[in-house]
Amino acid sequence: MMAAVIAIAGPAYAGGVNRALAPVDVPDTMAERMKPCVACHGREDRMGRDAYYPRIAGKPEGYLFNQLRNFRDGHRYYRPMALLLANVTDRYLLEMAAYFAALEQPYPPPERVVSTLAEIKLAEKLINHGDTARKIPACIECHGKELMGTAPFVPGLLGLPRVYMSAQFGAWRNGGLMRGQTPDCMSEIAKLLTPEETNAVVAWLAAQPVRGKMDPADRLSIEMTKRCSSIIEQARLRP
Amino acid sequence: MNLGLLAAVLTCLAGAVLLSGPVGAAPPEKETKVAKTVLTEQRRGRGAYLARLANCMGCHTAQGGHSYAGGRRLSTPFGTFITPNITPHEATGIGYWSEEDFWKAVHEGKSRDGRPLYPAFPYTEYTKITREDSDAIFAHLQTVEPVAQHNPPSQINFPYNFQPLLSVWRAIYFKPGVYQPEPGKSAEWNRGAYLVQGLGHCNACHSERNPLGAAGGETLGGGQIMGSNWYAPSLTSSLEAGSTGWPLEEIIQLLTTGVSARATMSGPMAEVVSQSLQHLSKEDARAMAIYLKSLPESIPRPSTAAPALNEEVRNGLLQGSKIYKKHCEDCHGASGQGAPGIYPPLAGNRAVIMDPPVNTIRSVLNGGYPPSTTGNPRPFGMPPFAQVLRDGEIALVLSYIRNAWGNRASLVTAAQVDKSREGIH
Ligand code: HEC
Ligand code: HEC
Ligand code: HEC
Ligand code: HEC
Ligand code: HEC
Repeated sequence: MMAAVIAIAGPAYAGGVNRALAPVDVPDTMAERMKPCVACHGREDRMGRDAYYPRIAGKPEGYLFNQLRNFRDGHRYYRPMALLLANVTDRYLLEMAAYFAALEQPYPPPERVVSTLAEIKLAEKLINHGDTARKIPACIECHGKELMGTAPFVPGLLGLPRVYMSAQFGAWRNGGLMRGQTPDCMSEIAKLLTPEETNAVVAWLAAQPVRGKMDPADRLSIEMTKRCSSIIEQARLRP
Repeated sequence: MNLGLLAAVLTCLAGAVLLSGPVGAAPPEKETKVAKTVLTEQRRGRGAYLARLANCMGCHTAQGGHSYAGGRRLSTPFGTFITPNITPHEATGIGYWSEEDFWKAVHEGKSRDGRPLYPAFPYTEYTKITREDSDAIFAHLQTVEPVAQHNPPSQINFPYNFQPLLSVWRAIYFKPGVYQPEPGKSAEWNRGAYLVQGLGHCNACHSERNPLGAAGGETLGGGQIMGSNWYAPSLTSSLEAGSTGWPLEEIIQLLTTGVSARATMSGPMAEVVSQSLQHLSKEDARAMAIYLKSLPESIPRPSTAAPALNEEVRNGLLQGSKIYKKHCEDCHGASGQGAPGIYPPLAGNRAVIMDPPVNTIRSVLNGGYPPSTTGNPRPFGMPPFAQVLRDGEIALVLSYIRNAWGNRASLVTAAQVDKSREGIH
């Protein structure tokens, strides 16, 4: 089926084109519209020629929307995506986010990681209990009791490759160009963790198989909601 | 233009010009006091509309920043301009300004303290705006949220940061003056001319730059955009972006939705459409199209010739056709026919065979979505190939599409592709 995107039908010729030629058949679907994205974002994370391409299918909608807007507006830096999204409205970004959030793709198998017993214990403590003295909440408080995320703003932590997570922590800690220029609840926590703690947690997470489901939005405690208010606030649609 | 020569000329002129007084300004009209509020409201509404057509917000808003609070960086060969805050904030914006001060800026290119402004602020075109419209824009700006934001000063390179030079430049290149309707033409045509020449400041991009970067050269005759690898095509040439032969409806459609059967707006032009032109009223869109359609055809500029199809060239094109089949054909079609309005046809597409080929190179390197507009809210997009294909491969596929299906144009080299990788925007 031909997509009817043009309000006023244009004349069916284009300069010197042979008029008899039928135009390319274009399905009027979101999948067709998202072809530019899947050139990089495939079923699995992968190392591209210039950067590391994370998978985006199945991540929570609000989270994806915030990331897309951050790329477009220069709060998270990756030039090819900023150029691609330059003249896309919030409304369309939201539709893109919804499409990828609903896309079900199998997760990759867990990574083989060698950790010491001490590292495993350190990781499990931070993930399940946090460190009250240093005001670090448990990861599960926000990322869901099964670490599969909490709708709609907090992404899951399982099925993410170790290199990708390490790079994100690096960016938050350095407040660098890539991510974390504007402080939020996650970058604050990332800055509190020592490199040893980060390595232990990331290694542990990457070694887990994906299981369970995302937590519904009402599971996020009032305290954590407050802590992350800048992220929630950010997700308001602008015209 | 040769910069050394320019500097010499300017130094000679400096003395003479500095002595001559300020360039003549139109006398300010007296404002009649009228029964207020309704009129004021109407004026503000009109001002908001006019500010959109002039895209004041585009330059005076940083990426992801507060509207009109400035801070956007504009890179030029003369240095980096950082736009000022024009919200009504008193300490950091233009809260203390009067209508008169504002008129001086828009019409004469002078700041409140009399400092001459750089033509990176396109007052060279805005000078055509009427006093009434300037006042309306000012009334609107007074109602936007005041934002306390100090922006860093522009970083202008020597010798351009030398103010007398700017005054000299202004004396030579800048003539203030409101648009004067042409008596022999219709009201619609004149409205279109006013929008294109004044508020729309199309000429600021669509013509060759003169020193200091204001529009020079032939009016709307096309030119490279300063500090970027984009070429704004001639609006007076049917080989580039002239619309003499187009039906009026198609011109209107392209301007207001960003796509039409045979053209797509990309890059800086996509921004003009999404921020500005898509908001044109029906009447104004029509007026603009009537004016653009009426522009007389200019003498074609010399261009690099298409290659003779010898053995070697044919071989290159064959390699290009293979890359096309693998990466492009799905969307643009086996015969470059595309799906008009969705995937642009490449056969017979002026943008593809244009000289210089910078825009096509950028299209393939960066991909992109046409602007999402009310008339085309969910556009289809093109993937970037900068990460997938090497410079040599991009040169081959571009050379191919420029010489297939009846297209004829010069070959693209790997060096040209490489140069475009670094472009801003
Ligand atoms: C040229 C390759 C490329 C293309 C094309 C591309 N992306 Fe990305 N995308 C990336 C890279 C690389 C990152 C990670 C950047 C980083 O680490 O900050 C990313 C990150 C993202 C993220 C954040 C993921 C997360 O878990 O935080 C989202 C969402 C996203 N892209 C969506 C899209 C959409 C939607 C499109 C199409 C409109 C698109 N991308 C096109 C390369 C690409
Ligand atoms: C107070 C709530 C909160 C806590 C506690 C928290 N996070 Fe997060 N985390 C977030 C939010 C919100 C995001 C999304 C950030 C954004 O939108 O940019 C996030 C994002 C992440 C990401 C990026 C995921 C991706 O797909 O790019 C990782 C990795 C992560 N967190 C790891 C952790 C770890 C490990 C812990 C425990 C040490 C932790 N988080 C604790 C709220 C939290
Ligand atoms: C192409 C980018 C661009 C556009 C479009 C633009 N401006 Fe500007 N504007 C600038 C730059 C750059 C300066 C600073 C020039 C200088 O410092 O010499 C400036 C300066 C100004 C100033 C002077 C401020 C001061 O403190 O002296 C005013 C007022 C202003 N612009 C108003 C407007 C209005 C109103 C519009 C729309 C009708 C507009 N601008 C559109 C780039 C732009
Ligand atoms: C900020 C710079 C800028 C301004 C201002 C600008 N243009 Fe453009 N324009 C461009 C560039 C760059 C291109 C080439 C990219 C493209 O083809 O979309 C272009 C292309 C075009 C095209 C040809 C589109 C095609 O593919 O055939 C038309 C028609 C056009 N502009 C009209 C206008 C009109 C009318 C105005 C004023 C209302 C205007 N432009 C203002 C930069 C600009
Ligand atoms: C997924 C579909 C898709 C694929 C694959 C694709 N394109 Fe495109 N192409 C588009 C769309 C959509 C546009 C309009 C983009 C815009 O306006 O920014 C476009 C624009 C262009 C333009 C600019 C045309 C104009 O009128 O300004 C050129 C040139 C081009 N493509 C060449 C190519 C080449 C060469 C390839 C293969 C290397 C390719 N395309 C692959 C969808 C595609």
